[in-house]
Amino acid sequence: MASDLPEGGYLPRDRAWQPDALTPPYKTSVARSPQAPLISFPTSLGEETSPVFPDSIMGPLDNDLILNFAQPGESAIGPRIIVHGRVLDETGRPVPNALVECWQANAGGRYRHKNEGYIAPLDPNFGGCGRTITAEDGSYEFRTVMPGPYPWPNGPNTWRPAHIHFSLFGHGFAQRLITQMYFEGDPLIPLCAIVGALKSQAAVDALTAPLDMDRTVPMDARAYRFDMVLRGRRQTYFENRSEGL
Amino acid sequence: MNRSGTLKESPSQTAGPYVHIGCTPNLAGLAMYGGDLGAVMKTGPVQGQEITLKGTVYDGDAAALKDAMVEIWQADAAGLFNSANETRGKADPNFTGWGRSAADMQTGEFVFDTIKPGCVPFPDGRLQAPHISVWIVARGINVGLQTRLYFDDEADANATDPLLTHIADEYRVPTLLAKSEGGGVYRFDIHLQGPQETIFLDI
Ligand SMILES: [Fe+3]
Repeated sequence: MASDLPEGGYLPRDRAWQPDALTPPYKTSVARSPQAPLISFPTSLGEETSPVFPDSIMGPLDNDLILNFAQPGESAIGPRIIVHGRVLDETGRPVPNALVECWQANAGGRYRHKNEGYIAPLDPNFGGCGRTITAEDGSYEFRTVMPGPYPWPNGPNTWRPAHIHFSLFGHGFAQRLITQMYFEGDPLIPLCAIVGALKSQAAVDALTAPLDMDRTVPMDARAYRFDMVLRGRRQTYFENRSEGL
Repeated sequence: MNRSGTLKESPSQTAGPYVHIGCTPNLAGLAMYGGDLGAVMKTGPVQGQEITLKGTVYDGDAAALKDAMVEIWQADAAGLFNSANETRGKADPNFTGWGRSAADMQTGEFVFDTIKPGCVPFPDGRLQAPHISVWIVARGINVGLQTRLYFDDEADANATDPLLTHIADEYRVPTLLAKSEGGGVYRFDIHLQGPQETIFLDI
């Protein structure tokens, strides 16, 4: 394709893989989806840089949702789980020093938020937020309780599958991503209109964490494995010459 | 397109209405972490012109989004980024360059106390006009929206900016211009749909 623009450092987002903005079964998307096509533009310095999140900002319990909001000597109610995995980029390389933030409903499916109206009770020892920084190999880990499914007003009887929201900040502002993790075997997954925004079973599978018996803590917590992938940079050494040479 | 990726990027999902719990927990009423990330962009005396950015995200019915979260990322007054990837020099140590603002839950307004950025070169050598990268998430937005904020009082720089001059529909360019309201205040409203629909970027 002829263009007078330089190639960007980051691979363009694969829009054939990512959800469309307009997905009418998810009703809120109807009035909140841009209607004009996105304007393609290569990344440059402003998209290829990101702020520094030093390890030192992290408290020892920031990634432990069982304890980080609990009164001393108490802990959150619900099935105890470890959610862990690696943050990689599209080229398969680990992304160290990425900021990973998460939030979720409590074991009863209730969020600690003033706009939340679900009748399920709050857990006084559960806030529902966590954060961490990925290690050199891109790995991260949270300890939490299994979130409950909850009803939402997308239709007369619509329920979200159990899920954890994740926000990811890698090495470039272009990589900024928010997504959700689902749990293997949840029968609500195929019924959900937000999951339904995904375009393929492969995309659903990419957000569905399997049980990971190897990382369970006997007599304490089960584990789920969830790897996340951010946009990758071009392999400039191999890719600059595509055709005509 | 010849993609060199061996893995697929994680599919995006909406931030939903409770993004505050995870990203601005203190605003959500959870006293966590000793403060919210991105709430303060100036950690001491800064170089350059201090400004306030205000705006509201509107949907296709012209209703303000009260659950949106907006992030900005920008260079300092000298055009340098406070980033591990910045190789051209050392940025102002008192300016983080990154801000995160949840829309006010009553009015929908987001606010950033920041500075006017300097010029950053484009890879082909041209100078870009002062601008700020903007990322918007909310309930109903399946993939976070990327755009850029330029300044309406930088007409000369805007006239040669690589992105602004690349936009074929010139009548849409003003959707990327923050309007000076005087006193260092700029307004940047974001319209998701309609005749004033903001230009969003696949960047
Ligand atoms: Fe949720």
